[in-house]
Amino acid sequence: MTTVATPRIDRRALLKTGAGALFISSIPIPASAAPEDMQAAVKETFGDGPIQEGRVALSIPPISENGFSVPIEIEVDSPMTEADHVRRIAVFSPRNPVSTLINFELGPRAGRAHVSTRIRLAGTQAVLVVAEMSDGSLWSGAAETVVTLAACVVL
Amino acid sequence: MSAIRLSVPATARAGEVIELKALIQHEMESGFRRGSRGEIIPRDIITDFECRYNGETVFRASLFPGVAANPFLTFHTVATESGVLEFRWTDQDGETWSETADITVT
Repeated sequence: MTTVATPRIDRRALLKTGAGALFISSIPIPASAAPEDMQAAVKETFGDGPIQEGRVALSIPPISENGFSVPIEIEVDSPMTEADHVRRIAVFSPRNPVSTLINFELGPRAGRAHVSTRIRLAGTQAVLVVAEMSDGSLWSGAAETVVTLAACVVL
Repeated sequence: MSAIRLSVPATARAGEVIELKALIQHEMESGFRRGSRGEIIPRDIITDFECRYNGETVFRASLFPGVAANPFLTFHTVATESGVLEFRWTDQDGETWSETADITVT
C-alpha cells in the first residue's frame, strides 16, 4: 500500500495565515474616514477653541433605512439678535470619506437658528453638529443613527 | 435643466420669522462611486447656496459630497419688508442656477 502525501496544515502555519489576514483586514480602506479625520475637519472649520456640549439639538431618525438620504434637523438655542446670534453651524461624520457634510452660515437676519437638510451616511454612526456663536464660543450636539443600507456601499 | 422647487410664504407680518424651503434637482455625484467598468465616476456637486432678501444675504450654505442628491434645505428668515427673495446655487465649476420669489410684508 502506498501512502499519498497530503499537504500538512500545522498549527503554526495556520496561526501565521490567520494573523496575516487579521492584519490585512485591519488596514483601513482609504475611502472611509476615521474619527480622527472628523476631529481634524472640526479643527479646520472652527480652529482649536474649546467646544462645549449643549445648546445644539440634532434630530435624526434612530434607524435610517437608506444611507443615501437621511433627513436631519438642527435647532440651536439662541435668541438670534444682533448682539447674540449663531454665526455658523457645521455637520460632521466620523465615518464618511469626507468628514464635513455641510456648513450653514446664518446671522441675526435668520430670526431662528433652525435648519434641516438631507445627508448621506456611510454606515451606523454618531453625527456631530458644531455651532459657532457671535461671541466666538463653540457648542456641539450629537445623535446616533443606525444605517441599514450605507451610502458608498458599492466602492 | 435643473428643476428648482421653492416654498416661500406669499405674505407675512413685519418681524415674523418665516420658514423657507429650497430644493434643486441635482445628482450630487460624490466622486466615490464606480461605474459598470470599475472606473470612478467624477465628482459633480453643488458647492454653494445663498439666499438674498432684497439683495442682502440672509443665509448661506457650503455643500460637500455628504449631501444627498437633489439637495433640500429648510431655513428661516425675518420678514422685514416687501420684496424679492433670491435663491442661488453654484456648482464646483462655477455654473449657477437661481430662482426668485416675491413676498408681501404687511
